[in-house]
Amino acid sequence: MNKWKLALPVVFLPLVFLPACVTINIYFPAAAAEKAADKIIDDVWQLKQPKDKAPDAPDATRPAK
Amino acid sequence: MFLAIGLFASFAHAAADIEINTPAVSAIKNSMQARHTQLEPFYASGAVGLTRDGLVSVRDANAVALSQRQSVNGLVSAENTDRNALYKEIANGNGHPEWEAEVRATFAQRWAQKAPAGWWVEGANGWVKK
Repeated sequence: MNKWKLALPVVFLPLVFLPACVTINIYFPAAAAEKAADKIIDDVWQLKQPKDKAPDAPDATRPAK
Repeated sequence: MFLAIGLFASFAHAAADIEINTPAVSAIKNSMQARHTQLEPFYASGAVGLTRDGLVSVRDANAVALSQRQSVNGLVSAENTDRNALYKEIANGNGHPEWEAEVRATFAQRWAQKAPAGWWVEGANGWVKK
């Protein structure tokens, strides 16, 4: 009988925590998405012009994030 | 075991990032970049504006010379095809197709914010000149 009492949390606690693992990775990373959008918009609209500042390394040589 | 679960959860949390360096995204980006030089004068004249859903549209056809109207329509429609594909590809490329709407909303906000003065942006209450 006592054995079963001990087993209960072992059986049920994972059932409580496991869904948290699954859902935690599904939320939309808003801040990262905003940074990604800014990067793409800068490229498409050519907002970062080298003549305005010190010449940048070309994109191709920039290490991927 | 709970420690392992906790570690996994924090790892999953830290891994929340957006990958945009995929071949599909790069191809769309290059295509949009090439088109931008043609679209820019129409943004500046107010003929074309940025919509709330992350697309572009002909706001004022009268601001376009008759001879150019067809080409503007073509540019706008090609741009929107690229933009829709871009949002979809970013969501898919990150393994979450269901993020497409949120990616679109994020872009809509950033396009509007980064648009230079004089361009037209669609807000909650209609078109606004920046």
